[in-house]
Amino acid sequence: MSANGPQYDVRKQLRNPLKRARGLGSAQSGVGHWWTQRVTAAALVFLGIWFVVTVLGALHADYATARTMIAKPWNALLLVAFVLAMCWHAVLGLQVVIEDYVHTRWVEVSLLVLVKFIAVLGTLATLMAVLRVALGA
Amino acid sequence: MADTQRPLSPHMGIYKWQVQMVTSIVHRATGIALSVGTLLVLWGVFSLASGEDSYNQFKTCLGSPIGMILMIGWSWALFFHLCNGIRHLIQDGGMGYAIPQFVRSSWLSIIGSVVLTIIVWAYVLTAGGAA
Repeated sequence: MSANGPQYDVRKQLRNPLKRARGLGSAQSGVGHWWTQRVTAAALVFLGIWFVVTVLGALHADYATARTMIAKPWNALLLVAFVLAMCWHAVLGLQVVIEDYVHTRWVEVSLLVLVKFIAVLGTLATLMAVLRVALGA
Repeated sequence: MADTQRPLSPHMGIYKWQVQMVTSIVHRATGIALSVGTLLVLWGVFSLASGEDSYNQFKTCLGSPIGMILMIGWSWALFFHLCNGIRHLIQDGGMGYAIPQFVRSSWLSIIGSVVLTIIVWAYVLTAGGAA
């Protein structure tokens, strides 16, 4: 019962103890962060290797060649998937780092929100750019 | 004054450096570096979408000496985070926790990342210089 603080006294509670117990702990989302980080990691093993191979293949590509490459449906699809998984994974990872090392609460919260804003904007911008190339706009 | 009889959490400074500590810390550091590197991917895709001039500018920046040094650093960071990330995924499956295995897999992550970086840059440089 330590999660309820020292002043918790079951006799003063109007709610059924079982009801309280069920609401304790993870509230069914405790492993969400951990699990999502692993799932995106597993995806990034494959997408990361694909990305490195693709970039190496485009080393000396001029503008038209590089554009044609990215415009191919499979490449466009995998690039979008790569950026999504990477940004998601980065947000989760940076969140843990910030929570571990930033001990001033308002700085911590500001950084957490800032990282999410940058990641969402960056992801959307990349998606728009890939779509522009893929759809030839 | 605090009761110093209770067991205290030992300070980092008293530990002898071990390879498992290095891989753990570097995994975090490379993760932070790669998060910044995400912006580079964004820049590349953006330059591709906004026209030939900006794409050539992007390539020139990457091909400059500073750009090359940064790219070597980022490629090693990527390969280390990849190798050590696979190691962590295996450990998350409950495997590889015996101390000798733990130490060996740490070294495998380090050596694997260096070998992959060398292979990739050997390819880049023999294929006629970086972009």
